[in-house]
Order: sequence, then structure tokens, then C-alpha cells
Amino acid sequence: MPSDPTLRVKALESLLVEKGLVDRATVDALIDTYEHRVGPRNGARVVARAWADPEYRRRLLADADRAIAELGYGGMQGEHMVVVENTPRVHNLVVCTLCSCYPWPVLGLPPVWYKSAAYRSRAVIDPRGVLREFGVDLPDDVEVRVWDSTAEVRYLVLPERPARTEEWTEQQLAAIVTRDSMVGVARSPAPAGGRSA
Amino acid sequence: MNGIHDMGGMHGFGRIPRPPDEPVFHAPWERRAFGLALALEALGLWSEDAFRSAIERIPPVEYLRQPYYERWVVAVVDLLQRSGAVTAAELEGGRPVRPAGTTPAAVPPGRVPALVASRAGSRRDVVVAPRFRTGQSVRARNLHPSGHTRLPRYARGRLGTVERDHGVWILPDTNAEGRGENPQHVYSVRFAARELWGPAGSARDAVYVDLWEDHLEPA
Repeated sequence: MPSDPTLRVKALESLLVEKGLVDRATVDALIDTYEHRVGPRNGARVVARAWADPEYRRRLLADADRAIAELGYGGMQGEHMVVVENTPRVHNLVVCTLCSCYPWPVLGLPPVWYKSAAYRSRAVIDPRGVLREFGVDLPDDVEVRVWDSTAEVRYLVLPERPARTEEWTEQQLAAIVTRDSMVGVARSPAPAGGRSA
Repeated sequence: MNGIHDMGGMHGFGRIPRPPDEPVFHAPWERRAFGLALALEALGLWSEDAFRSAIERIPPVEYLRQPYYERWVVAVVDLLQRSGAVTAAELEGGRPVRPAGTTPAAVPPGRVPALVASRAGSRRDVVVAPRFRTGQSVRARNLHPSGHTRLPRYARGRLGTVERDHGVWILPDTNAEGRGENPQHVYSVRFAARELWGPAGSARDAVYVDLWEDHLEPA
């Protein structure tokens, strides 16, 4: 097979289609799902609902699968999800040191930095250094909890709700939730007008 | 296996690459590699654990050189041959040698929504008495298997506390190698940063690692 990835994948796909092992339309549909339909906006809706509805937040922290399913999300690479909550005293950071495990149903596919050797190696031994690199300087009295996704459990961080958003609708809240804050490399986003971390 | 994939705690990889406005896929071939790997895994010729194991078998120098989805392609090609679905001659020639119909039929596009929404996973709905309880002190065993394992090197031999019982799951260490599912409890184990990294760790921080019973012993 050719070594150039483009030619190699093309040759492999042709062979697999000819052998009847793969249907191109199935490959198209899978790509379309994760390129256009499933992404961090799903997680943002979950977070916004938890911010807006204390009862939902309670359910989300107690049984994330069921609470996330209430919004219609769940499935592949998110068969079992756990939500960990940031507070003024605790900051959570998610990593997969062994590969690239990530909660697909709520965040989509992981970005390059999450899969990089630098992040995977450093997040567990130097989480505060990693956070500083992302622009988050945590005071010493905040405990950092790093979640290494070594099993099939997928973690989602519930960031702190920004101040001065009491009057906001759930939709407005969802619009300011960033992917990075749900992985834990950003703190709570600043409300509109401020800088989004 | 003590491979390059087991990166937790390593030094020397530098700053974290963060391209601005990153697309989901960076090249058309990445798209196809992703879709192909998922479409093939749905055939059931191999488990996700076997897929991960195949990625981990990539020699370290190549692993580090290859872009993420290239590793997927290498693993898929490896597993296609191991499972007997495709022969080396077919890969070499790029054309089927064996007649069609001797391998499973392609997953039809109509099954994609169900596949994506599937919550089947590798959790097992069987009753197995847990060996450890929440709050208990445990030690990660000092194991160095040559095959797939979910016990990262940095946790081996270290003392932790069971924080949560995740229920009963297939043990990937044996499942990846075709040595059975061995369903057992998986726990979130809290390791103090100082326990893992010595004085380099913060006195306040901790790493939570999801570990199977086979990875743990009472402390």
C-alpha cells in the first residue's frame, strides 16, 4: 500500500468497498454525524440547563447518563458519563493519558491538543503548568483534580456559572459555554462583554 | 504493554499545540480514515479493546511520527489481516483475491443512527460482588503485562483511595487479547499528587484513575 496517507486511505477504501466490507454511504454518514451534528454545543446545553435549573444540576451530578439523555444526548463513546463540578475550591481537568478518550455525545471529537503527547504526558504530573499554558492561573488554595479516562467512563466538567448572569436565559447561558471549560482547561467563561477564557 | 502510548508523567514533549480555529478533520483522508474505522468496527470482527491494542503495538518511533488518524489506519490494516478479513496479498495488490461473500456484509448506512446512539458499550449487567468499597485504601498492583492494559505505569505500586464504584465492566486487558471478558468492578481511585510524583506534586492536588479489580490490591 502507498505510504502517503491520502493515497493509502483511498486504496484501502476501494479495496474494502470491492470486498463488500464497507459501504461508502455508511462512511459518509458517520463522518457527517461527527463533523456536523455532534459537538460541544450539546455539552453547552447540558451545562446551561444545570446552571439554570438546580434540580437538573442535582440529577446531572448524581446520574449523568440519565440527565444528559433528558436532552437527547448519549451513545457511542459516552455510554457511561460522569459530570464533575468545579467550585471555588475545586478545579477539575480531564485527560486520557493512554489514548484519546473523550465524551463524544456531548463534546464531539477531541481537538489536536487533547490528543497531543504534550497534553497527555503533562496533565497528570503538572496540571497547574498545563492550566497556566491555557491562561488559567489557579490560586494555591484551589484543589486540582485530574481525571485520567483509563476506563470506558467519560468525564465532563461542569464549570462554575459566571457572576452577573442571574437574569440570563438558558439559551444565553449555553452560548457562552466553551468546549475548553467542559474539559477543564478553561475556567468559567466571562459573561458577554468580558473576555471568554 | 510498557509502550510509548502510556505517556502520563513523561517529560520532554514541550508546549501543547493549539492551532486556532481548528477544524474537526484536518485533511480529507482523516475524514475517510475515521469513517472507515468506525464502519469496520461495527462489523464485530474485533473489539474496541483490540483496536486500542493494535495502536499500542505501533513501534514507538513510528507512533510519535504518525498523525493521530494515521495510527488508526495502521491499526485497521493490522486487524483486517489478523481477523482474516483481508489478506496481505489483497492489501499489496489493492484488489480482492478471495471471492466476495466470505466476509461479513458491510454495515448499511441506515444503521448509522442506531450505531451512533448505541449505549451497549462494554458495561455488563451481571451481579458480581465488589471486592473493594468506597473510602477503602488500595494499592495499584505492580504489573507489567506485555499486552494491553488500562493500568498506567505512573500509578503502579501507588497507594490510593476508592472514590466511586462504576459498576461491572469487561476487563480490556484480557478482552483485547481474546482471553475473555472477565467482567468485574471498575473504581475511580484517587491518588494524591505527592504519592505519584513525590515533592514535584502539589500537596493539595490529586489524580483520579479508573481501575479494574485486577489492577488493585487491599492496602
